[in-house]
Amino acid sequence: MTAIGFSRGDLYYLLPELIVCTGALLLLLADVALSQQRQARAAWVAILSLGAAATLLAVMSASETTIARGTFAVDGFAIFFKLLFVMSAAVTVLLSHRYLTIEGGRPGEYYFLVLCATAGMMIMASGIDLIVLFIGLETMAVCFYILAGFLKPNRRSNEAAVKYFLLGAFSLALLLYGMSLLYGLTGSTALRAIATALASGSSGRLLAVAVMLLVAGLGFKIAAAPFHMWAPDVYEGAPTPITAFLSVGSKAAAFAMLLRIFFEGLPAFHLDGLGSVFGQPLGWASFFYVLSVLSMTIGNLAALTQTNVKRMLAYSSIAQAGYMLIGIVAGTPRGVSAALLYLVVYAFMQLGAFGVIVLMRREGVAGDELRDLAGLSSRQPAIGIAMLLFMLSLGGIPPTAGFMGKVWLFASAIEAGYFGLAVIAVLNSALSLYYYVRVVVYVWVRREEPGTPPIVLSRAMIVALAFAAAGTLALGVYPRILFELAQASAASLGRAEPMLGWLR
Amino acid sequence: MHLYPITAYHYLVLAAALFALGATGVMLRRNIIILFMSIELMLNAVNLNLVAFSRLNGHVVGQVFALFIVAVAAAEAVVGLGILLAFYRNKETLNIDEVNLLRG
Repeated sequence: MTAIGFSRGDLYYLLPELIVCTGALLLLLADVALSQQRQARAAWVAILSLGAAATLLAVMSASETTIARGTFAVDGFAIFFKLLFVMSAAVTVLLSHRYLTIEGGRPGEYYFLVLCATAGMMIMASGIDLIVLFIGLETMAVCFYILAGFLKPNRRSNEAAVKYFLLGAFSLALLLYGMSLLYGLTGSTALRAIATALASGSSGRLLAVAVMLLVAGLGFKIAAAPFHMWAPDVYEGAPTPITAFLSVGSKAAAFAMLLRIFFEGLPAFHLDGLGSVFGQPLGWASFFYVLSVLSMTIGNLAALTQTNVKRMLAYSSIAQAGYMLIGIVAGTPRGVSAALLYLVVYAFMQLGAFGVIVLMRREGVAGDELRDLAGLSSRQPAIGIAMLLFMLSLGGIPPTAGFMGKVWLFASAIEAGYFGLAVIAVLNSALSLYYYVRVVVYVWVRREEPGTPPIVLSRAMIVALAFAAAGTLALGVYPRILFELAQASAASLGRAEPMLGWLR
Repeated sequence: MHLYPITAYHYLVLAAALFALGATGVMLRRNIIILFMSIELMLNAVNLNLVAFSRLNGHVVGQVFALFIVAVAAAEAVVGLGILLAFYRNKETLNIDEVNLLRG
């Protein structure tokens, strides 16, 4: 009955990942085969394979099943995240095109790594087995180590790669040690079996250690304080389109993995004999409570003093991870769907903001300092408006998507009884406005320095920025579709069953 | 002289000790290669843990997990050493304190 290998159905449901991988391999071939002048076509290969994967994902969006002998779930949750990853990857490719010609990297290798990282993220969203999750995580992480250091002659890029690699490998070791303890305590690597095993037994001290290690390891990956030290340095040093992809894709993928592990594998975990806080038994939600408060506060306070926009956005993304954790702490269906919703909203506004920074990079100008943004609105009013939109959205001002996302997150915290957390979040949100508005002031009020080279728009860049701006605005004005999608996806978490019927 | 049998628990204690040793190395050492070796030590502590648990639980999943970790750690080492090489070419040092262009 359970034959070794894959069945027809398995292969069908793996098609999106397979297409992305095929695209990646084609890119490697193209890198060798295409002449120097035709290297631009590599971007098309990447876009087309991502588009094909997205189409297939949309086709199978109603499916709810597990494949590969119960290690890989294809449910609404997975497809929600995969569409998010494919979308961010496509925007990253669009942003990278001109940046690469300026910086002088080989596009074939670069897009190959972007697609491989995407495939890793997709595996992370679907894995319901510790081994599968680990493989997905590493597929993504190893690609990002290389991408962070892609500009080989650039010392900052070198440093970013070294730091990211060392801290990434360290956090992986923590995560794996936690996983090994979890496996030892429950006798299984399948998340559902772990949940079943833990539901019957009591939670001992060793389990608490395992959970702490998992929280720490995943905390590194989502860049939540106090595990955030790598983020500002890596974000600043890495090529800007990669910073965008790292802060959106890698964070979302780590959140997907976190949700899978804690909501599907450890739903019943709580610490015995340590009493309760605010009437709730102490469990993993308590750890995330601390992480959330620290991330919001440290991220926002540190962002206040930054003069480098990439670095400021890095601290801001730490704070944003804190907001998203609110939904996880709440732990209710509404909380989880709010976190999912906010991840999508965050993807649009963060990709857009980094897109503008990529645009500022031109011959002779690094473009990532705050003063480089001066006078942007008088040169390119449309880009100025887009940047205004992204900053207002990151700060949570209506009518942008960021506002709707925050309202839902904070409401979920209040609904679950975490009033203190909601208050801290609102205060932090107000604090963050200072540095977001400062960017707007530079774009709209400050005059440019004379003699700076002009800003040249490319078609790919316009498409990417228009897409991000449209998403940021549309989801703020009419968020209903995304609300419903996020709710359905959150509800599908842990519900998928092995399939029956002809596909088997 | 009485000899105690070595059980799976002894391996778990050894793994915990190796893991702690590796983590200490990451905190204290300054040479990036040594840091990297300390991280490898932590990963191998995980492997030891998995194999011991696999024996204790009486099935093979843990050993499969360990094999996957060995393979992935090898891939990671290749990439990591490549990154270090690129860093060394520009900087001519492998001291972690010299990784200071981006202020932390």
